Amino acid sequence: MGKRTIVPFGPQHPALPEPIHLDLELEDEKVIRAVPSIGYVHRGLEKLVEQNDYQIMCYVMERVCGICSFGHSWGYAAAVEGLMDIEVPERAEHLRTIFHELSRIHSHLLWLGLLADAMGFESLFMHCWRLRESILDIFEKSTGGRVILSFTKIGGQFKDIPKESLAEIVIILENMRKELLVVTNVFLDDTSVKNRMCGVGKLSKEDIMKLGAIGPTARGSGVNNDARCLDLGKYKELGFKPILETDGDCYARCKVRVREIFQSIDIIIKDVENIPEGPVNIPVKGMPPMGDFIARIEQPRGEAFYYVKGNGTKYLDRARVRTPTNANIPILVKVLQGCYLNDVTMMVMTIDPCISCTER
Amino acid sequence: MGSFKIGGIVLSSAFKRPSTRLYPTVPRKWQDNTRGHVEIDPEQCILCGICSKKCPADALTVDKAARTWTIDRMSCVQCRSCVESCPKQCLVMKNEYTSPNVKKVIDTVNIPEKVKKEE
Repeated sequence: MGKRTIVPFGPQHPALPEPIHLDLELEDEKVIRAVPSIGYVHRGLEKLVEQNDYQIMCYVMERVCGICSFGHSWGYAAAVEGLMDIEVPERAEHLRTIFHELSRIHSHLLWLGLLADAMGFESLFMHCWRLRESILDIFEKSTGGRVILSFTKIGGQFKDIPKESLAEIVIILENMRKELLVVTNVFLDDTSVKNRMCGVGKLSKEDIMKLGAIGPTARGSGVNNDARCLDLGKYKELGFKPILETDGDCYARCKVRVREIFQSIDIIIKDVENIPEGPVNIPVKGMPPMGDFIARIEQPRGEAFYYVKGNGTKYLDRARVRTPTNANIPILVKVLQGCYLNDVTMMVMTIDPCISCTER
Repeated sequence: MGSFKIGGIVLSSAFKRPSTRLYPTVPRKWQDNTRGHVEIDPEQCILCGICSKKCPADALTVDKAARTWTIDRMSCVQCRSCVESCPKQCLVMKNEYTSPNVKKVIDTVNIPEKVKKEE
């Protein structure tokens, strides 16, 4: 038995996109135990519900995360709409589905870039982010913001996206698909990339079920807990089927995300074909009544959970978000046990941590 | 499985124009919808104060006594909440960002007294 050493990993580390601190207890090169600690970027956004009314809170909620900002505003709006019994127009639901899937493409491309960067593949990282840029351009052209869209409000969307703009989005995505095939092929077929990921960080189906992991991390081990199979959005009408892999290693988690990018492109194209004409928002009158409501939505990193509690005034009593990374930290601690120090970056990256979301 | 799968992209990139802009020689093109900064038409403003109540970042202050409308440019998050809520549509979202600064910029606009129309 070798000498035990504790190596601090993070909060500032070249491999980490966001600040999480891990105390790695090492025996020679092997990690025996990992103790995570968070709390570096806490902002107290949920507390702001006391001083912002329920409509203004939509702007605050989308600032929970910079990458899946659209999903957060949709999740919060869906919870309040459920509480107030508001039926959102069909076209708004379709637009929400389209923009949520665009967010998923840009989030997964960002993640693929960060993964390439973590394993030292700089040129691949830049090509992933180059492709992601065209999605951000779509956002800016159609909604006005590159990252924070401010596009959702309670009762629908702020404005309509004309037919020509939707057709333009489809053309951009079709052109992107060819380039994406080449770039993602490097992740799936290149020997040097596969050597870093195949067989590393194996998670069994039982581990996933026991520790409640979600999102692509769970789907990489063959557990379907995709919230898109539920009622929110237009996924059921579009014949959505979740993507599952069975290996449970880092490579399987990467493969799930790569396949999801292409699936999202197909969903958007299908949705643009089926989008009905009509209004995109309905006027909201009255205040949220007494009671509470829960909305669940599949963010790029996994299922997010929104809880709102009304008290009959324009200020909500409570708004709570359970973000995907929060649920994936136990599985991260589990997967780090028994791995080698040089694989830690791969393990941390493949659960796609978003610490700003987690701490809010 | 194979090695140097990225070779095709690397070779083709050598003969392509760069994907990035040569900033600041080539300036950024603003989209029509870009949320850049808020501007006010003082002639239309009635100092109702709804914009400051609707601001999630507390960036706006409306002083009825001194007849001023003040915006803290560093606090503003460009959410368009004030523009959407203004009853007189005197606020507009311009599509250019404000220029970079080394100091906090607080803009104060004087709202002129309204002259009553003679009947």
